[in-house]
Amino acid sequence: MATFLGINLFGLFGQLLVGLINGSFYALLSLGLAIIFGLLKIINFAQGAIYMLGAFGAYLGLQYLGIGYWAALIVVPLVVGLLGILMERFLIRPIANEDHLYSLLLTFGVALVLQGLFTHMFGSSGLSYAIPDALKGGTKLPFMYLPSYRAWIIIASLTVCFATWWMIEKTKLGAYLRAGTENAALMQAFGINVPLMVTLTFGFGVALAGFAGVMAAPVYSVSPDMGSSILIVVFAIVVIGGMGSIGGAIITGLGMGIVEGLTKYFYPEASNTVIFLVMVIVLLIKPAGLFGKEA
Amino acid sequence: MKSMNKTLLSAAMAVALTSTAAHADLSNDKVKIGVLADMGGVYADICGKGCVTAVEMAVEDFGGTVLGKPIEVVSADDQNKPDVGSAIVRKWIENEEVDVINGLVASSVTGAVTEVTTNAKKIAMIAASASDAFTTKSCSPYNAHWTYNVTALANGTVKPMVQGGKKKWFFITADYGFGHALEGIATKVIEEEGGEVVGAVRAPLGTTDFSSYILQVQASGAEVVGLANAGADFVNSLKTAAEFGLTDMMDVAGLLVFTPNAQALDPAIAGGMLATTGFYWDRDDESRAWSARFKERHGAIPAMPHAGAYSATMHYLNAVKATGTDDSDTVMKHMKANNPDDFFAKNATLRSDGRMVHDMYLIKIKKGSERTSPDDIFAIQSVIPGNEAFAPILPECDFK
Repeated sequence: MATFLGINLFGLFGQLLVGLINGSFYALLSLGLAIIFGLLKIINFAQGAIYMLGAFGAYLGLQYLGIGYWAALIVVPLVVGLLGILMERFLIRPIANEDHLYSLLLTFGVALVLQGLFTHMFGSSGLSYAIPDALKGGTKLPFMYLPSYRAWIIIASLTVCFATWWMIEKTKLGAYLRAGTENAALMQAFGINVPLMVTLTFGFGVALAGFAGVMAAPVYSVSPDMGSSILIVVFAIVVIGGMGSIGGAIITGLGMGIVEGLTKYFYPEASNTVIFLVMVIVLLIKPAGLFGKEA
Repeated sequence: MKSMNKTLLSAAMAVALTSTAAHADLSNDKVKIGVLADMGGVYADICGKGCVTAVEMAVEDFGGTVLGKPIEVVSADDQNKPDVGSAIVRKWIENEEVDVINGLVASSVTGAVTEVTTNAKKIAMIAASASDAFTTKSCSPYNAHWTYNVTALANGTVKPMVQGGKKKWFFITADYGFGHALEGIATKVIEEEGGEVVGAVRAPLGTTDFSSYILQVQASGAEVVGLANAGADFVNSLKTAAEFGLTDMMDVAGLLVFTPNAQALDPAIAGGMLATTGFYWDRDDESRAWSARFKERHGAIPAMPHAGAYSATMHYLNAVKATGTDDSDTVMKHMKANNPDDFFAKNATLRSDGRMVHDMYLIKIKKGSERTSPDDIFAIQSVIPGNEAFAPILPECDFK
């Protein structure tokens, strides 16, 4: 077996790949948060609960409406996005001009209510959702067995992440969006409906979490608290990447997945704290985050 | 004449004795049971509202009164936090006349609560905790540990597997007290039986992704991976093991599998796995009849702590009735001197150290094709006699 400095290289490659897979999840979730914060200046603490909603959406769709995995990938984010739009319109908009703290507390409350509601309805033990037939099995790589579904996670997440980044940073629509959040009054004067744009953006950011939830359903336990455990990590990633930086969120998400994977290999006990350690270091050296603009 | 006097005297004594029983010596003229459990967290399905339902069922089946006085049930959510749990129990005992505590899930909470109950000389009937500390290093004359513990799980599942030739083990352990205790006891059993532990990883509680750990297991050359975790950790680690093809390479032993967790898993993944349980609903007519009543009220089949909570309540109430008092020392003495015997407690005895020793069951999780209903999840493989499952009494915990 190939070794380098006493480290089993095959084992290490395996851990890097696994880290990249987790990183794609982090990227997807932190991207949604970064869009909502970066463009709308709303700290959405309900993003984890919405991720949970996405996973439950996939489960319920299959159980009661016969919606399979592939259809759920499209339908569930749309439904969840619509819920997000309603939430923005009727809960967040009324306090849009208050301090950011209010939207943080409000969305945190929404998250608690959703989580409590689902615990009440479905219990805390979690539900099972099978991997779609087309993605069952896997490939034997020289250094590890790669389940097909995990490969699909990388492909699907990265495609969605980079498509989103490209849309916001490189297209005319994205330019309107960025301009609208920079100076709403001016854009209104040009005839752009800024409030509608804000609502749609919030819906889109939320839909990304719903999408991640559907992606997660076959591999993680579908349970009411699945969002709360991942949310804090994802927040740390957004902070490391630089609050509001779209590209930063994607790159940091992937990077932190790898850092966490390596920690699991070398010192598993620290694996749930390592990201916060990185956050502290980054904040000390570069308070705006790795890719953030200094205020 | 002399014999006549004797007869009279014994008759008088008999009357005196019965009248003591009739004039109940109950504090505050009632028996009040406090059920402390996790009502909305990770263990809510294991012993949350279900434990309250089970205790209420026992009270109703008992007739709602004891010695002509009412039996009350109160309940609270400990949120799996020791400080919250012990504060509630202190308030119950000091201000609300609670006589006995039931439920008790997270071992950390139970540790804090049993300190309070021991100081106040109140009985704690532990229905759901796994740690063996309550009858060993933190033993108390007021603890009655009912359903199971880590020793019984390790002896029940690990021993037959090592004896069957599975000698090399690897552990994925939940990185907190319960996981460490389970791994430690399982390791002892493995080494005693001539096996070895080739490695272990400690995964933080609430880990979502176990794939890194599964890769480490695959590289370890082990024959069995023992999952020394519970609840969502167990479900997630097993799901990932199956996805990465580990279940085809080696055996997986779940050291603590509750029925709701087994139901949360795809039978294609969990089918065939061995585990140990203190109760399974589909064991005999008696267990089926009780479980059907429980399901009607709770909406799901009972997990072992639910059945344990019922059994413990019944045994306590029977002891209060028989002794005519709710004085903890008297009741505990009677509970230890008289064996519990119901649909849950088979060949059972409450030992002097507070350990309720009873038949445990080695079960196999059924494959999808073997299941006739969503509740048909376990097949009982063998009965593990209580004295083989649980550790002997420690001299320092031998409360006569």
